Amino acid sequence: MKVSIQIKQSLDGWRLIGTPFVFGLLLLLTPIFLMVLLSFWTQDYLDLNRTFTLANYKEIFSHPVFITLIKRSVNISLFVTALTVLLAFPVAYYISFYGGKRKSLLLFLITIPFWTSYLLRIFLWKIILGYNGVINSGLISLNFIQEPLTFILYNSNAVVLALAHAWAPFAIFPIYVSLEKIDRSLLEAGRDLGDTAIRSFFRITLPLAMPGIIAASLIVFIPTIGDYVTPKLVGGTEGMMVANMIQVQFSKANNAPLAAALALVSLSIVVLISLVFLFLNRKYLRRQI
Amino acid sequence: MKTNSRPLLFFLIIYLGFLYAPVVLLPLFAFNDSAIIAFPLSGFTTDWFSWLMEDESLFGALKNSVLIAVTASFISTIFGVLTARAMARHRFMGKQSMFGLIMAPLFLPEIIVGVSILIVLMQLGLALSLWTVIAGHVLLATPFSVSILTTAFNNLDRSLEEASLDLGENRIGTFFRVILPLVTPGLISSLLIGFTISLDEFVIAFFLTGTDPTLPVYIWSLLRFPSKLPVVMALGFILLVVSLVLLGIFEFYRRRSEALTSGKENSGI
Repeated sequence: MKVSIQIKQSLDGWRLIGTPFVFGLLLLLTPIFLMVLLSFWTQDYLDLNRTFTLANYKEIFSHPVFITLIKRSVNISLFVTALTVLLAFPVAYYISFYGGKRKSLLLFLITIPFWTSYLLRIFLWKIILGYNGVINSGLISLNFIQEPLTFILYNSNAVVLALAHAWAPFAIFPIYVSLEKIDRSLLEAGRDLGDTAIRSFFRITLPLAMPGIIAASLIVFIPTIGDYVTPKLVGGTEGMMVANMIQVQFSKANNAPLAAALALVSLSIVVLISLVFLFLNRKYLRRQI
Repeated sequence: MKTNSRPLLFFLIIYLGFLYAPVVLLPLFAFNDSAIIAFPLSGFTTDWFSWLMEDESLFGALKNSVLIAVTASFISTIFGVLTARAMARHRFMGKQSMFGLIMAPLFLPEIIVGVSILIVLMQLGLALSLWTVIAGHVLLATPFSVSILTTAFNNLDRSLEEASLDLGENRIGTFFRVILPLVTPGLISSLLIGFTISLDEFVIAFFLTGTDPTLPVYIWSLLRFPSKLPVVMALGFILLVVSLVLLGIFEFYRRRSEALTSGKENSGI
């Protein structure tokens, strides 16, 4: 009886949300479910062998190639996240505390470079770092070096640099929003009661900005681990990441089940690290509610 | 606060230099009179832009991209309206989990979304087409539409709606004549956000595109040919200028949206 009343009450809501929800079921949940299924099958040349097996996972965890790629992707992604958030914080802090009337102008200035194609933004780093690139031709014309530097492109560092650039605004905005929310009178109270500037920063500003920092970290971390374009353009073989391998397995190697297993392993790692990260920061998030 | 902000300002300036470093190269090399992308610059030319105008496959790709972006942003905005309205006004079973599924693409690496949809299409033996890219982009853009429209619907003054019903307008009439005009700025921002996301999206399009490439997929294919690079720079410059114009329109409507819905605070609810 009670359930039927609940269903009746729910009808209006369901009627509205139904279409987008079913769309999500069909295009997100079902595909991911199928991907899980596929990862337990194997590819027999042109046919799929649909007997349940852990072979793909065994292959991933026994092949150094796959393990190296996954480790590298996680490392690059964590490093990019730390770098991006660390660089973004002072910028967001300056705009929020000292921006004055120029706040929106400064925020707008930050977004301008990001309104061209993502591919081109990454590609332009290749032009900056390349053999005949901006840095090399600049240093040569200034007579600092005779031969172009080759260690600056086609490695993990180039990937980190390009990614830290590409995700900068996504880190600045959440941190800026959380800093804006801080009640300035708390800071004044702290100072009045004798806190030094540094102490009130660590005891008031930083803890209250944590939700923004946490959001920024996740916003940067989750997509970068699966980035395909950046390692492909500026990473060379030394900077290749897991997404490139997924794509290779899918197309050239024609091994969709292995690609599915690789994608799922990466997805699990992303989810796991994000949950651990949220758990470690639970006290800052609780305070917000 | 008496702390010295000079070091921070200094840092901000250096940081802005870092942010602008790649993009300032676009106009430099788009107008540079040399087929090789390197310093020193050799001279001024607009040749690369005329090359662009003659590139028919570029216009094909642009047409595909615009078609996909218009359709995807339209559908994602409708989905956004449905979801935001349901979340703002109704209680129903499974509310949070349904909402969670709709917002989930925000929290997934794009390659996972692309690969998993491709697996389904392969299993079903469906051919890749513009529609498969549209489906992927709708999935990606819907969470953004939902968050923009949720703000718009939450800021709606409920008494306006009740007044319309009291005065004899039916629910459908109220929706089209009272609610819709009030959330129009939100609708326009949602359409523009969806449009820009779809227009620039590469990974999903790369996986799900059939024989008709989108603009990013076409740019990707150009990047392999060094001789095409100045043309790509010219294209990038045009994209930047067009996006900034779109952004200006977006900002205009966002401000109007704030002005229209900010009456809520003093309406006494």
